[in-house]
Amino acid sequence: MADGDHPGPATAGRTPLPRAKAADVSQVLHTPPPTQVPAEDDLAALAARHGLSVSGARPSLPAYVRQLWARRHFITAFATAKLTAQYSQAKLGQVWQVMTPLLNAAVYYFIFGVLLGTKQHVPDYVPFLVTGVFIWTFTQSSIMAGTRAIAGNLGLVRALHFPRAALPISFALQQLQQLLFSMAALVVILLCFGVPVAASWVLAIPALVLQFTFNAGVSMVVARMGAKTPDIAQLMPFVLRTWMYVSGVMWSIDKIDKNDHLPHIVRLLLELNPAAVYIDLMRFALIDSFHTLPPHVWAVATGWALLAGVGGFIYFWKAEETYGRG
Amino acid sequence: MAEQTLTTSEIPTVVADRVDIVYRVNGTGAGRGTATAALNRILRRQQAEKAAGVRKVHAVKKVSFVAYKGEAIGLIGTNGSGKSTLLKAVAGLLPVENGHIYTDGQPSLLGVNAALMNDLTGERNIHLGGLAMGMSREEVKQRYQEIVEFSGINEKGDFITLPMRTYSSGMAARLRFSIAAAKDHDVLLIDEALATGDRSFQKRSEARIRELRKHAGTVFLVSHNNKSIRDTCERVLWLERGELRMDGATEDVLKEYEAFTGDKSDKPAKKAAPKAPAATP
Repeated sequence: MADGDHPGPATAGRTPLPRAKAADVSQVLHTPPPTQVPAEDDLAALAARHGLSVSGARPSLPAYVRQLWARRHFITAFATAKLTAQYSQAKLGQVWQVMTPLLNAAVYYFIFGVLLGTKQHVPDYVPFLVTGVFIWTFTQSSIMAGTRAIAGNLGLVRALHFPRAALPISFALQQLQQLLFSMAALVVILLCFGVPVAASWVLAIPALVLQFTFNAGVSMVVARMGAKTPDIAQLMPFVLRTWMYVSGVMWSIDKIDKNDHLPHIVRLLLELNPAAVYIDLMRFALIDSFHTLPPHVWAVATGWALLAGVGGFIYFWKAEETYGRG
Repeated sequence: MAEQTLTTSEIPTVVADRVDIVYRVNGTGAGRGTATAALNRILRRQQAEKAAGVRKVHAVKKVSFVAYKGEAIGLIGTNGSGKSTLLKAVAGLLPVENGHIYTDGQPSLLGVNAALMNDLTGERNIHLGGLAMGMSREEVKQRYQEIVEFSGINEKGDFITLPMRTYSSGMAARLRFSIAAAKDHDVLLIDEALATGDRSFQKRSEARIRELRKHAGTVFLVSHNNKSIRDTCERVLWLERGELRMDGATEDVLKEYEAFTGDKSDKPAKKAAPKAPAATP
């Protein structure tokens, strides 16, 4: 190479530089002689002349969507692999997929059903509670996984090319798969407590689709925040716990509405809360004694899904080229 | 420099234009990660990051070079001199602080380690790794048998259906290389991949890399093995403390580098080369 010939003889005459001591990490001692650097315009012009593109630049939004679609099999395979790897060392193995949600439900039943006695006010309290817990856990764990989606997978981000949105979406998908196991357990609980099988159970599918879109969107928002500020992962459990208590997981928002001492705005906020909306939709679909839905609930559910899904995706894409910096 | 690009008809594939790469590490430096230092960091965000306990590691400093189609370029330098960082930046995986890297097509880093999961079987890891590299399901299926045979995992029994955590470190490294090498690339970046496995596997992987080179436009190879650099590359970039110290023909640069590191053992490697028939194609 001709460009190599210039610095070659220059350094050849020099005595070898002493090696740095192990303790010296300051990087300032003994910097090597500067190499001949061509004018900046030269290289940029050369690159432009041959139609080279900037490495690691953010693709346009339609191109990004196409890339993401091309990686759909990776997204599903990654989600399934994560889910399977989770319990692979346990003796009971994949049985824990169903055991964990059931134990969760049992704990909440013990505290809120037996100790605090909330059940007197709500018919079919156990199905009501368990549905709430499972649906809430889906949103909660999607968001928690989202905060660590980039920050916890820097190795992957720094080793391979793929649209980074694949990670939060994949984690949300893993939680959806987890929820499907929980739903199987839920069906058993429902039947045990004498809730009849009804045609309205089909409504669970659109409700889940909307909730998944919402969860994936929020995951992408917190993934970007968590990539920039990993501290979000420490803060998030507190935010989520507060959110859980106002979402009517263990109590009925409907019952609070009846006490008229709450200002209208608080009631409205409680009803518009996306987590509460998705929980209520699922209860409405599965439990026949639960039939008081707030007005326009499907519109609200769709609105939240679209807002979080589209907004979160664009927000995440805007910082695509920055993911991977330590 | 300019005359050269004008007179030759060579096509550049990678152009690095005064590239700076900086890592930022939280919780180090002045405050040594104590709570007061962290508070300090939050309160004095606008002030110099260094004062607030954020350490900046300037890993690559003003590196410029042009790589042309058909070249195999070795990257050498002592540990921590920024070789792998530069490679990742060329691949577009690490954002640059200043400067630009222009590439023709999408350079790929040879390696899938991060996508694999120790709790999964070798079989599922092959699928996962293939998909992670951007292969389609069908491609993975087609290549599956090839990958298993190349890795030689099943030579000592049916190990491919066991979780990867049960593999010896050599076996795991062989499987990882086999998965990574299953795909063809435009601009190929190899990070010390040659040093995995036993001797017979090394020979096989060297042959596979030569094959990959034929398909790839440009190859970058990071290695501490001067012999594999001599075997594979005709041009070498020498990085030291993040700066490009030398850029030239393999022999010239390696001579300087060996004098710098005080390594005499590799000197006779050139004479010894004909003795190893596997190394010459």
